[in-house]
Amino acid sequence: MTESLQAAPGPYFGDFGGTFVPEALMAALDELSDAYDKARIDPEFTRELDRLARDYTGRPSIVTEVPRFAAHAGGARVILKREDLNHTGSHKINNVLGQALLTKRIGKTRVIAETGAGQHGVASATAAALMGLECTVYMGEEDTRRQALNVARMRLLGAEVIPVTTGSRTLKDAINEAYRDWVANVETTNYLFGTAAGPHPFPAMVRDFQRVIGVEARAQLLELGGLPDAVVACVGGGSNAIGVFDAFLDDASVRLIGCEAAGHGVETGEHAATLTAGRPGVLHGSRSYILQDQDGQTIESTSISAGLDYPGVGPEHAFLHSIGRAEYRPITDAQAMDAFRLLCRTEGILPAIESAHALAGALDLGRELGPDATILVNLSGRGDKDVETAARWFDLLEEDA
Amino acid sequence: MSLVTARLDEAAAAGRAALIGYLPVGYPDVETSARAMVAMVEEGCDLIEVGMPYSDPVLDGPTIQQAAEAALRGGVRVSDVFTAVRAVADAGAPAVVMSYYNPMLQYGLERFAADLAAAGGAGVILPDLTPEVAGDWLAAAKAHGLDSIFLTALSSTPERLHITAAASSGFVYAASIMGTTGGTPVSDAAERLVADTRAAGAARVCVGLGITTGEQARKVGAYADGVIVGSAFVRQLLDHEGEAGIEALRAKTRELASGVRSAR
Repeated sequence: MTESLQAAPGPYFGDFGGTFVPEALMAALDELSDAYDKARIDPEFTRELDRLARDYTGRPSIVTEVPRFAAHAGGARVILKREDLNHTGSHKINNVLGQALLTKRIGKTRVIAETGAGQHGVASATAAALMGLECTVYMGEEDTRRQALNVARMRLLGAEVIPVTTGSRTLKDAINEAYRDWVANVETTNYLFGTAAGPHPFPAMVRDFQRVIGVEARAQLLELGGLPDAVVACVGGGSNAIGVFDAFLDDASVRLIGCEAAGHGVETGEHAATLTAGRPGVLHGSRSYILQDQDGQTIESTSISAGLDYPGVGPEHAFLHSIGRAEYRPITDAQAMDAFRLLCRTEGILPAIESAHALAGALDLGRELGPDATILVNLSGRGDKDVETAARWFDLLEEDA
Repeated sequence: MSLVTARLDEAAAAGRAALIGYLPVGYPDVETSARAMVAMVEEGCDLIEVGMPYSDPVLDGPTIQQAAEAALRGGVRVSDVFTAVRAVADAGAPAVVMSYYNPMLQYGLERFAADLAAAGGAGVILPDLTPEVAGDWLAAAKAHGLDSIFLTALSSTPERLHITAAASSGFVYAASIMGTTGGTPVSDAAERLVADTRAAGAARVCVGLGITTGEQARKVGAYADGVIVGSAFVRQLLDHEGEAGIEALRAKTRELASGVRSAR
């Protein structure tokens, strides 16, 4: 019997993962790791998390078949897992509720978070408000402009939002700044890491908090007639993708496809397609693929989607890529925006631009697989936050409006 | 005995702590940064930390970030580190490289160790690497006779102090504050950390972070084997252009050197 790939405990996933951090953070990471190992098997913790998922997030999220959209995908059957319908509008809430509960268990009173599109920041601010924790969110200055609405949402929820003006002023620099805060305030503060990357225990822990997506979707698809031929998700750091993939890892017949942001095109060098065009290295606490120059300096990524605009990727994706269990494809800004508009117009669903990368991947895949195929797409978030970006892209705004 | 320990012991024999000065290579340019390091040796630095600028320096505060970002924009390469190391070694001081892990990893750990040793370098300080994941580097360093200097922090558990003391050679770098370079001033807790790190088996413990004045250097020099200063030196180069920067750096070095010399 082959060994199961599901719910791998870390710290290593093949050659990837690990704990590459300053000594100052080691005690906190050890503490967090121990606390999580106890919590995950503590019925009281899992019961509370399940209760929040049901009564606060609104789980299980539904699945929606989208035939009018699928007509453009070679006639394949396309089914969306609706994480966009979660409270706060994306899959990010699944993770932060788990980490915020854990924060209370270890007796810390303050949380910090990094955010790109603002979805994780909003989710963190939400969980902090719910549980009475102080919350500071670091966001690249460039992203605070792209996602001004989410900045206001976080502040309404009582969080402090700090625009980060160092480096490329995007997600990677927000992570750097959050690390600096954590080193200085580790006694009172827990870091709610937003994606399945970073040092152990984050990649495994965030995956565990997100795996509910795939567990639900697999059961829902079986009820609808059987396992899908492929599961498609967008990959920045990769938490929604690993969340939907995990339950399918041992289903050999199910292809797992991650869609990376190809920005202006991988060939232009202006993209965020880490697994497509990067190579292994160490960034933000773990060994994975990185967009980097010859000297190991991180290269700034480019994507219309702030949530995918990250030059790294979670180590479990690097592992699944290395063993060929998952495939990773680049999707350009233009492909993603076409799919974005198509879903709006054919199904009346406004997706996050991040998720639109997965939709674009599904369009290609459907044409490859043909009308007999069933494709599950993780619709990781809703697009309300992206209306302004999309309106500019499609030139929908009145002059002087 | 390594170049680093020999120099620390010389200072100890003279009844004082050593002064260890940090500058990033490539700011304002490679040639000037190397000359600036030599100037620090001439004015009383016992050892030099040659910093490799990195795109994601999570332990550095705004001062060093600013200089490192400028150096990267100027095109500094990993190989430039060895130019500076050679200049420092020729000036008669042990040179240790301070580098985040990924630039070393991408250069090739074995190749990095070989080139550093060939340039006359004495060792490496590893701010974002802990002994548990440093096996490949430790093997390369050992093969080339280089010291590997790990950090202890105020948050380190007794068990971790032992792991770090056992894995370090040259000295152990005790980070005096929980924070980044050039931030909060050194705290009294540093003295306890030095004592705890020694009790965990470290023969030599130097203190860095938060030391910017001769007075602070005097206080820390009373109990540490070495006093490490970075941002205060970098600040001189940021605030003064060209030769005026080197002159300001010389004056700052004299201030700190006299601090460690009046400590005991």
